[in-house]
Amino acid sequence: MSEYSVLIGGRAGEGINTAGLSIARLFSRLGYRTCMYFDYPSLIRGGHNFAIVRASDMRIGAHRTPVDVLLAFDQNSIEHHRQRIRDTTTVVYDASTVVRGQGYGLPLDAILKEENAPPITGNSAMLGALAQVAGIDRDLLEAVLRESVPAKHLEANLRVAGRGYDAVENVFTVEPLDAPTFPVLTGNEAAGLGLVHGGLESYVAYPMTPSSNLLHFLAEHAQDFSIKVLHPENEISVILMALGLAYAGEKAAVGTSGGGFCLMTEGLSFAGMAELPVTIVMGQRPGPSTGMPTYTAQSDLHFVLNAGQGEFPRLVAAPGDLEEAYTWSSTALMLSWKYQVPSIILTDKTLAEGASSFDIETVVPHPDQEPVLWDGAGEYRRYAPREGGVSPLAFPGREGAVVRVNSYAHDEAGFTTEAAADVKLLQEKRLAKGESLRAELATYPTVKAYGPRNSGATIVCWGSEKWACIEAAEKFGARVVQPLVLAPFPVRHWKEAMIGAGKIICVENNATGELARLLRQQGFDPGRPVLKYDGRPFAVDELEARLLEVLA
Amino acid sequence: MSPEQPAGKPAGGLISPAQNTWCPGCGNFAIEHMMKSAIAELSEEEGIPLHNFVLLGGIGCHGKLVDYLNVNSFYGIHGRSIPAATGMRLANPDLKIICHVGDGDIYAEGLDHLIFAAKRNSDITVIVHDNRVYGLTTGQYTPTSPFGFRGRSTPGGITEHPINPLEVMLAAGATHIARGYTKKVRHLKDLFKEAILHRGFSFVDVLQICATYFNLTGYYDAHAYELAEGEVETGRFESAQEKIREWDYDQEAPIALGTFYSVEKPIYEEKFQALTAGKPDRRALVRKMIEGRR
Repeated sequence: MSEYSVLIGGRAGEGINTAGLSIARLFSRLGYRTCMYFDYPSLIRGGHNFAIVRASDMRIGAHRTPVDVLLAFDQNSIEHHRQRIRDTTTVVYDASTVVRGQGYGLPLDAILKEENAPPITGNSAMLGALAQVAGIDRDLLEAVLRESVPAKHLEANLRVAGRGYDAVENVFTVEPLDAPTFPVLTGNEAAGLGLVHGGLESYVAYPMTPSSNLLHFLAEHAQDFSIKVLHPENEISVILMALGLAYAGEKAAVGTSGGGFCLMTEGLSFAGMAELPVTIVMGQRPGPSTGMPTYTAQSDLHFVLNAGQGEFPRLVAAPGDLEEAYTWSSTALMLSWKYQVPSIILTDKTLAEGASSFDIETVVPHPDQEPVLWDGAGEYRRYAPREGGVSPLAFPGREGAVVRVNSYAHDEAGFTTEAAADVKLLQEKRLAKGESLRAELATYPTVKAYGPRNSGATIVCWGSEKWACIEAAEKFGARVVQPLVLAPFPVRHWKEAMIGAGKIICVENNATGELARLLRQQGFDPGRPVLKYDGRPFAVDELEARLLEVLA
Repeated sequence: MSPEQPAGKPAGGLISPAQNTWCPGCGNFAIEHMMKSAIAELSEEEGIPLHNFVLLGGIGCHGKLVDYLNVNSFYGIHGRSIPAATGMRLANPDLKIICHVGDGDIYAEGLDHLIFAAKRNSDITVIVHDNRVYGLTTGQYTPTSPFGFRGRSTPGGITEHPINPLEVMLAAGATHIARGYTKKVRHLKDLFKEAILHRGFSFVDVLQICATYFNLTGYYDAHAYELAEGEVETGRFESAQEKIREWDYDQEAPIALGTFYSVEKPIYEEKFQALTAGKPDRRALVRKMIEGRR
């Protein structure tokens, strides 16, 4: 395995995220698979931001602690990362601010002054230095800059990149691979692309980390995708607007995080009762309450499984990487419409704001699904009983139909009722849709397994911990089993995947073992917990060490 | 009590089979029947198909109205009709979307949505059944209850003054503001028609008596008057503001009924319409975006 890790760190506002993405693109152009972890505090200027870009000739999806190159804009970027620096690590630092640095000092202030370039171009100096240190062709660096830097600032960036390139020495050589260049996308972007693929017509959201970038991405490309993107006054308005769109026949999705989802829960329950489709992209971050807005957690599983008063079916899927975010966002939207139930795509900051190589060729598309539409015969009844519980849809504006949706208990036509027989019938009809959805999902890859059966140990994980687990498991020859769908829980697929599981370890980014609790509820053994709840995802080597404690 | 019905087929066919459960003498009957007549007449006079009307209800006695008329209905949750209405208008510009809301419903629970719909000039109509008391939860004060109102949650009388919803709407940017009274039914019907035909956000506060918990019939009969032609310059903010401030829902004063303000401004939903025009192959657009990111 040929792999490289690069860390770039500095203060907020210095463009660390963008620089990290450029580094990932640089490696992508050389045929490497890349992934980026971006760590930043909740502030606009100052603090300490860093991005770790890992590139490999193998499929990867998580970072490791040591780095080969450390690009430091300030002293913090060295001090905070001492544990990442090995004898072989090359450190490049801004000599204008770093007083205790070992490696190559770039006189950034002087370079920027001589080139009459704005401070943000300092990133290009670091990229230039990286290219020289790693033996990356200068033309390739310039090509990546041309793609990522606005034309107005391109010349200054190219000059500054050249100065960085010339100021250091070559240390090693990243050999180009005979492999395609994969696009580098964030999880939010993959989810947004999936939603549009699934038929999205409108996206409604109120900004909240880590889902704001999904709003920004779709808003920026609203014309490219021919969709409406709306940002109303709060999350309550967000979900009600989406339900109004759905009632009138337009496919809508919303995005938020835990706090915003709290505000949406009354609307979610309304969607359940009124049988209005809506897809919610729920990006988790650490709570309770405001918690750590820009960090990560998997601590809202039971919240999304149980949110909303009353009992109604829902689809909850937790993708673990870009390809799964893409396919399941698309599928969630389509199934939401086919079964007239709310669907939730459960991501987290690690996946939503992390970036990696996206290989669309390996995406196995799920089947297309269509909503059941009214054929126009007879009197329209919005909640007419039908095999499987799904009533045909008509939308207001349709001649010959009076379309009634209702948050109250209602009869087949949609009129409010408290009559015992009607109430019971309609509750059973709604729950029947959940069973139909469960049956439909039997043909979907709702549980994935990696590695051999009967290996003696199985690591169970969900969501963004997937790739850290797959890589760490290889070290122990262990199997990994990942549920993609968490509601309705894929009992049969789970049983099949866990045959010959051996010793079970459940890896989660939370403090109480939420998947473990779900597994116990379903009657399965979740094994021993390996938990991390400091707002950061597992690094592969960190997880290996934790697994060793349990497997030894 | 039900006001006299104008004869005519369309209006007659607009009453649904749902059983009416309002109290005898409830002001909601007048609103129901005048909305029914307004829809029937707009359908006949303006050629708006009946299937293009949508009624939204919040939670409270007012909300039951949507069950009682044979029109598309969205019986939503407390205080949240307005964003759903905007969503519908975004999806289908042909729809005539009318939100029936209560004073507790929209001045308390959902005030944020009311203000923002006015601010963005969403092309919807909001009819407030303003009986100035919670009926369905049996008699608590609302944002328009007068100072000193003794409700079941405030037996000692409230120590806060009501909001003047018309003044709030004017400040928020509403482009059509009117007030009606459930005892002046023909006037009320005309206000409804005018509001529905207004291009942009239209707002009608209806002084509705609550026969059970707050019957102000005598008070309104003594103080309410219909605005005469030209008494307020409806295109001028200052003129509207002056007339709106004549009565603050608190102190004893003449209560003007009619349209206070009506202006044309760009409609929120229209700029989004072009975005989804036609039936683009979005999957091809997605593929193109992905390829472009290599």
